[in-house]
Amino acid sequence: MAKETIPLLVIRNLHVSADEREILRGVDLEVRAGEVHAIMGPNGSGKSTLAQVLAGRDLYNITEGEVLYEGKNLLDKKPEERAREGLFLAFQYPVEIPGVSNMYFLRAALNAVRKHRGLEELDAFDFLQRVNEKMKLVAIDPAMKERPVNAGFSGGEKKRNEILQMAVLEPKLAVLDETDSGLDIDALRVVADGINSMRSPQRAIVLVTHYQRLLDYVVPDYVHVLLNGKIVRSGEKQLALELEERGYGWIEGEAANGAAAEGTKGKVAECRT
Amino acid sequence: MPDVMEQQDLYLSGFREQKERLARQEPAWLHRMRQEAIERFAELGFPTTHQEEWKYTNVAPLAKIPFQLSAPEEACSRCSRLSESARAPGMDSPGIRLVFYNGCYCADLSSLSDLPSSVRAGSLAESVQGRSSLLEAHLARYADYRSHPFIALNTAFWRDGAFIRIPSGVVLQHPIHLVYISAAAEVPVVSFPRTLILAERDSQLTVMESYLGLPGGVCFSNAVSEIVLGENAVVDHYKLALENEQSYHLDTLQVYQDRSSNFKSCSLALGGSLVRNEVNVVLDAEGCDCTLNGLYIAMDHQLVDNRTMVDHARPHGTSRQLYHGILGDSGTGVFNGRIVVRPNAQKTDAVQRNRNLLLSEDAVIDTKPQLEIFANDVRCTHGATIGQLDPESLFYLCSRGIGLEEARQLLIDAFAGAILERIRPAPMRSRVEETLHAMLWQGRHAEEAL
Repeated sequence: MAKETIPLLVIRNLHVSADEREILRGVDLEVRAGEVHAIMGPNGSGKSTLAQVLAGRDLYNITEGEVLYEGKNLLDKKPEERAREGLFLAFQYPVEIPGVSNMYFLRAALNAVRKHRGLEELDAFDFLQRVNEKMKLVAIDPAMKERPVNAGFSGGEKKRNEILQMAVLEPKLAVLDETDSGLDIDALRVVADGINSMRSPQRAIVLVTHYQRLLDYVVPDYVHVLLNGKIVRSGEKQLALELEERGYGWIEGEAANGAAAEGTKGKVAECRT
Repeated sequence: MPDVMEQQDLYLSGFREQKERLARQEPAWLHRMRQEAIERFAELGFPTTHQEEWKYTNVAPLAKIPFQLSAPEEACSRCSRLSESARAPGMDSPGIRLVFYNGCYCADLSSLSDLPSSVRAGSLAESVQGRSSLLEAHLARYADYRSHPFIALNTAFWRDGAFIRIPSGVVLQHPIHLVYISAAAEVPVVSFPRTLILAERDSQLTVMESYLGLPGGVCFSNAVSEIVLGENAVVDHYKLALENEQSYHLDTLQVYQDRSSNFKSCSLALGGSLVRNEVNVVLDAEGCDCTLNGLYIAMDHQLVDNRTMVDHARPHGTSRQLYHGILGDSGTGVFNGRIVVRPNAQKTDAVQRNRNLLLSEDAVIDTKPQLEIFANDVRCTHGATIGQLDPESLFYLCSRGIGLEEARQLLIDAFAGAILERIRPAPMRSRVEETLHAMLWQGRHAEEAL
């Protein structure tokens, strides 16, 4: 076997609860640079919790398990440290921040990340050049630059703004939480093009999604089904089509007897070799 | 420790001492007015927290301080020590400027070269000697010294202040900056700045009143400003309270609006141990437009009390109020916004908003809207919010790599920015932004270092 590099992200037996209620019940996942993973699941399966926990949201209790990012413990790092080390979460519901201009925000973010990486801070001119280039990618109206962060943006504008931030910050691991939800087909294509342009051998992308539709445009290497806080099945892109056709019911049936989860782990391992 | 009653006597005997001199120097109408005002003060006394209007603001500590009613001659000799580079924002800027030191006009520090010849702007005390009839018709005719003890005190004791008159149709290009400086050493000093602004028909004016305390002793600036807007007059008013951390500032801005006039005010209360801003506007003719904005900041043990009273007396008036408060440490904020719509004032459109950001467990805000509506075809809304920094917003900023402290600053600046962006003259806005930034962030760091 060829010498394996360390996976970018390793999640082992992750248990997470909120308000005394267990939401994640032993999630296992490995993501390597260059891969695109899709995590699918019905409402309430724990998809967004997983995404938020990775980004460092403090609403949750991690009761068991571990998360390694580039081989190091991710969970004891602050959200800003995670971001500076290359983790990016595109929010399902981007937050409106009146009074802070989009560009001021983005420049502060980029410079915080650059500083951490030992790079020089960008001045206003270089920064704008870089943003203008990325804005074309996501077809964002240049007037949005000076508007306050997400304030008064339409749903589609907010999602595109998340993709713009990702494009500017150039993370190593991008977790996109339902970035496709609520988009019309034109906006979906723009967002998908933005994501595809970010695919690179150095970067991993995790798409958390409710619908198979996005996967027509961004073809994942692996698809995982999250059900009741556990990944119960993993496969390649055909799995998404199967889910689209048959719904989650048949997996729920299989998961109930417990064998499915074991089987899928093996399957992913096969895919990788 | 002398009690409040004795100190009230101190003001009364102080008045008696200068009475003879003032009677010789000033016109009879003014002297009668002062006499009446001090009599009213004797009857009213210092307010107590049992009075609804003063429920949250205890002036007993202030009333107990034996202030020196500083003599003008002394003040003038002192003000020569004050360099142009004093920390007063705007002192270094070009434009029209009247500077007062402990209530005394300083010609040396003032700058009137950009003033058009048709416009009158200068010392109120000098103007009283010259055009007495105009002043007699307006001075103290709006700010009610008969019912308000601090207006009464100011009316009895004011030595000087600014008088501005913009004649009909004149549009003043440059803002006029009134700078009231308070300074004290070992002995606490009280001053009584007095401002009268007459903006006649179709005139336009931007004016800023700055109340600035030099570091050091205890000062009390008890200010009264009256602004009268003629038909179609437009006045943009800014007020900056930046007294030192031991000092007191009580101020009443009384505005009278004639038909279709437009008054805007932005009150910035940034410094002082106790600051109280009262803004009273009477929309006394049809179609008046009034905007009152404010930003108040109380850190340490500061108390900032804002009172607004918008009196819609005639139909088709519009008023907008937006006040933002930032309260940290053991700071206390008060917002009491009163809107009265008289029976005749149909089609009134009045909106009042007050938002408060609490940055610590010990910070306090008392916010109280008071709507008294006696007309039936009006639109009046009000709302008050009190909150901490939004955790969702903080997480969003941090998730992009911005550190928690910087994220907090960004959100606080944005909250203040919602008011500061309403300051129209750009140099004024950036000076206030700089002052605020230094106060909020450099002051904060100093405390953290302790």
